[in-house]
Amino acid sequence: MRLHDAEVVDTFAEAFAMWGARIVVTAQTPAWADHAARSLTGFATSVIGCKCEAGIERELDAAETPDGRPGIAALLFAMDADGLAKRLVERVGQTVLTCPTTACFNGLDVDDEVIVGGRLRYFGDGWQASKVLAGRRYWRIPVMEGEFLIEERFGIVEGVGGGNLIILGEDEASALRAAEAAVAAMRPVEGAIMPFPGGIARSGSKVGSRYKGQIASTNHVLCPTLRAQVDDSDVPDGVGSVLEIVIDGLGTDPVREAMRRGLDAAARSGALRITAGNYGGNLGPHHFHLRELVP
Amino acid sequence: MTLTLTLREPPAAPVLAEPLRPDRLAALSGGEIERLALRHGNREVALGDLFAVSGAGARDVRVVGDLRRVTGLGTGMTGGRLTIAGSAGPHTGTGMRAGEIVVQGDVGDWAGAEMRGGRIVVHGSAGRRLGGAYAGSRAGMRGGEILVDGDAGEEAGAGLRRGLIAVAGRVGAAAGLNALAGTIVAFGPVGAHAGAGMRRASIVAMAGADLLPTYAPACTYRPPFLPLFLGRLRELGMPVADDQIDGRYTRWSGDGVELGRGEILILEEPL
Repeated sequence: MRLHDAEVVDTFAEAFAMWGARIVVTAQTPAWADHAARSLTGFATSVIGCKCEAGIERELDAAETPDGRPGIAALLFAMDADGLAKRLVERVGQTVLTCPTTACFNGLDVDDEVIVGGRLRYFGDGWQASKVLAGRRYWRIPVMEGEFLIEERFGIVEGVGGGNLIILGEDEASALRAAEAAVAAMRPVEGAIMPFPGGIARSGSKVGSRYKGQIASTNHVLCPTLRAQVDDSDVPDGVGSVLEIVIDGLGTDPVREAMRRGLDAAARSGALRITAGNYGGNLGPHHFHLRELVP
Repeated sequence: MTLTLTLREPPAAPVLAEPLRPDRLAALSGGEIERLALRHGNREVALGDLFAVSGAGARDVRVVGDLRRVTGLGTGMTGGRLTIAGSAGPHTGTGMRAGEIVVQGDVGDWAGAEMRGGRIVVHGSAGRRLGGAYAGSRAGMRGGEILVDGDAGEEAGAGLRRGLIAVAGRVGAAAGLNALAGTIVAFGPVGAHAGAGMRRASIVAMAGADLLPTYAPACTYRPPFLPLFLGRLRELGMPVADDQIDGRYTRWSGDGVELGRGEILILEEPL
């Protein structure tokens, strides 16, 4: 298939079920909300090594937040609900609670919930206090700066992790340019994040390795430098660099929409070929076929 | 569709009107509603003897007339909307769990006493023990919201366990007496002995308070929960100013003769 100047491979991205939460962090200024949200979502590129995947969804105007202050919505995903609850407690406790002027709220009004503020309240060492407003419980935790406010429960949903686009370019600069354009087009999609640095991964991986205990290793079939050394290279002539964009979403629709936007933007911005990663379709329940995303 | 009950004439003696709750009336026909037994003084009378009934089968109930001698309207209601077009007697909405009561005039003593949920909106003033605990009960209001556009009498929120009471005008003496938790927001002056015996609750005083000596100052800051509460009250029509949302409050901790985990937050003048 052709889309603008790029060839689109007739394949699909194979994605998995992950549990996701939306965390709303507010602060006195946008800068402090940003500090907290970046710490909250840091070191969360892949469940393989980080136990969770996270990213900033979007900035929030003061009028959109529960306490009328500037804020940021972040999404955090883990493989199961219990794991998600643990990661939320760890990360909010270490990065948001500690950050000056912040407060932290649930951003998903759904039936399934996990306790977050209700665990972090113990940091108050008995001096914490709760407030219930319109059916929601909040915890006030005294801290040296003043007081940290956090909602007791956070909604969680079964979402999608591992949607992806793989962008092949003539060289590093053109591949990066196309990937950056794709990420810029994908960021406005509500309910989706791209968890890697700048939204882009340069080191896509395959499952397993020749080394015992190494659960993931470099995706050698898409490494341009190995093209002459491996029999199963998928790097075509003229391609000098390959980048991957991984997408996690609160449902299939945000992932599909992000992929559609990213595909179009990359194809307009110098990508030679765009493909997607899968495992033959037998591992992940969600298949996003690129041909369905090409207009 | 609205069920309307219009008081035929002011009753000569107090009327105990606990059956007048929307969730109960919604299941009854017009005839059944007229035959409901109410206690009028020391006699039992049919509702139809005291009220003209119009409509049926509605969870939206309107009671019209001078109802100051009608007690217990909306007691224990679990849903629906009860509008009182006039002033209501004591014990309105006591023990209610859900739904909304709107009183277009004043309401008597014990309004919302020991309520557990729902909302009472009083466009006039409220009497004593608003959201309070009955004698022998440790806890008063245990959930829900009470909003008063006018003043509130003595001992508002006595024994408050959970929930929100907001009063646009003056609040009488001993607000939050023996309160266990929950929040009282007073936009007008607060009477003497506020928070006496209070354990964990919050009283927010926008126009100052005459504090007991068993309260001690902690600091002046912006309590992060207040914008949520004040935003909610603004949504519900209370007169919340931006200065109150953005303002700094001095936290006084007490009551020192009790657990001492309660607080009275007093809005400071803007710098």
